Amino acid sequence: MYRLGLKMLFADRAKYIMLLSGMAFAALLMTQQAGVFVGIIEWTKGNLKNMRAPIWVVDPKVEQVNEVKPMRDTDVSRVRSIPGVAWAVPMYWGILQARLTDGTFKPIQLVGLDNATMVGRPTKMLEGRVEDLRIPNAVIIDDLTVKRLSVGRAKPLGMGDTFEMNDKEARVVGICQTEKSFFGYPYIFSTYEQALQFAPRTRKMLSYILASPSEGWTPEQTAQQIREKTGLGAYTEEAFGASTVSWFFKNTGIPISFMTTIILGFIVGIAVAGQTFYSFILENLRHFGALKAMGASDGLITRMVLLQAFTVGIIGYGIGLGLSCFIGWKFIQMGQPPFALPYQLPLGSFAAVLFICTFASLLGIRQVRKLEPAVVFRG
Amino acid sequence: MADLISNPPANGSDRVIHVRGVTKTFGKGDAAVHALKGVDFDARGGELLMIVGPSGCGKTTLLSVIAGTLGFDAGEVDVFGHPLHTMSPKQLTAFRAGHIGFIFQSFNLIPTLSVLENVTVPLLINGVGLKEAEDRARAMLDRVNIGKRGQERPTNLSGGQQQRVAIARALVHEPRLIICDEPTSALDKDTGQRVMELLSSVARGPGRCVIVVTHDNRIFNFADRMTEMDDGRVQRVHENASKSLAEH
Repeated sequence: MYRLGLKMLFADRAKYIMLLSGMAFAALLMTQQAGVFVGIIEWTKGNLKNMRAPIWVVDPKVEQVNEVKPMRDTDVSRVRSIPGVAWAVPMYWGILQARLTDGTFKPIQLVGLDNATMVGRPTKMLEGRVEDLRIPNAVIIDDLTVKRLSVGRAKPLGMGDTFEMNDKEARVVGICQTEKSFFGYPYIFSTYEQALQFAPRTRKMLSYILASPSEGWTPEQTAQQIREKTGLGAYTEEAFGASTVSWFFKNTGIPISFMTTIILGFIVGIAVAGQTFYSFILENLRHFGALKAMGASDGLITRMVLLQAFTVGIIGYGIGLGLSCFIGWKFIQMGQPPFALPYQLPLGSFAAVLFICTFASLLGIRQVRKLEPAVVFRG
Repeated sequence: MADLISNPPANGSDRVIHVRGVTKTFGKGDAAVHALKGVDFDARGGELLMIVGPSGCGKTTLLSVIAGTLGFDAGEVDVFGHPLHTMSPKQLTAFRAGHIGFIFQSFNLIPTLSVLENVTVPLLINGVGLKEAEDRARAMLDRVNIGKRGQERPTNLSGGQQQRVAIARALVHEPRLIICDEPTSALDKDTGQRVMELLSSVARGPGRCVIVVTHDNRIFNFADRMTEMDDGRVQRVHENASKSLAEH
């Protein structure tokens, strides 16, 4: 009987395609928009992914990693003196303008690493060595810098080439791969001292202090110590990430706008699938009545209707998810907009599609169950 | 086919359906319609019995009660030893699945399924496996001379052919009671006659009973007995339907 139930569904081509489209569109909208949202949220943590350290020390007013309030250079020594701190090094981070050969400027993110330890170094080098940053005026650029700063050049910016930042010459000694950041600007790495030369001079230049806990101390304990003893802000890498995400939720309209679209997808799915499936049931009500008269139980018919609804829902979900993955893959190839698809997203949209199917089928099941089998004798 | 047509009705007085004092009212208060007002009714094994009467006299309501598709307010209904008045809805559903074949006025074939699939439905409802159900459905379609159209959609068939499919569907699970609601009213005279010939040949048998509700006096000659209803009551029973036909 279940096979016949499915045949009844598939044979009604127009309704089947409409149901499938509704489900696929709902799944696409929910998954793709959630994917872009998660991608943006991941981008906000770009600095944390590209400059790895167990503990980040910042000005106490700083709430998220893309926000810099410079500290005094002496704060590094204060942090080093705290019990539980194994080491602490300075880091510069700022947005500068790089000059292209055609005279135009492109914004870049300059990162200054501690000369001795190179803590916060690029995680993946494509060409060159991080140690070469100690050469005067040396910089390591990321793949996005190559793309952005090669405009107007005969060949792409590469090893040994030079360009200008803040009227100072920088020489490329390495190329690395980085994760995208919220601002979408490319990363350029240099040493801390060199970065201070490139950057416009201000009274305080220290952006972050990167630190590590001593043996026997957890990052949480050490961060707590630093906060208590210095009055500075101190976060573990994970806590700084969470604080950054929280800041974006509280201070930008990004989550609301994406949630609105995701909810709209859900509502469209419910409306289209619910209405279409309900009319499919109504059109077949006479046949369901005949089946009931012939001895099909309410349970059997309920299972048939559920099977019809869930079949169309799962196929529609598959199409929607496939389209989301394809669009996401294209986005990633293009470099923007951001897209990420952690396993929770497909699971979440699958649960939403199942809810839509349940809702749509319940409307029809209610009609079928209250149908008297004697209705078939009424012409 | 010839041997099927010559299959005579059983003569005995073995009553297989007893209906006693059945009442059924639709609606309440001023809007109440008393469809059955204490109906007594019997049917015998092996006979083709027709229920006739004017529109609104309660024929279809009585048929629905006997078929176990409609509950009733009072009285007793016993069909092949099954006391319907004591059975739960679940038991009634199982009873219909196992013991009753239905032939409807508008055929009620599912248009999105093939002819063969339509005929397998009662077997599948009874839990018969797909392969066996299809084999038995094919055999039954052959028996009603429409075996070659098994893969077609019902909508591609003429009215008479659709009613043959409906007859095959009603008989395929070998029910003891065949319920026919105006089986010829949607058919022209000749087609109606052929359908009734087929019905009386394949449906009747010693262990079976066929009850036909009809307005169509062109088919009265196929009845062994005829129950005449009016105003929610059985007015008279014509033991020899052929004679009563002349009276009509």
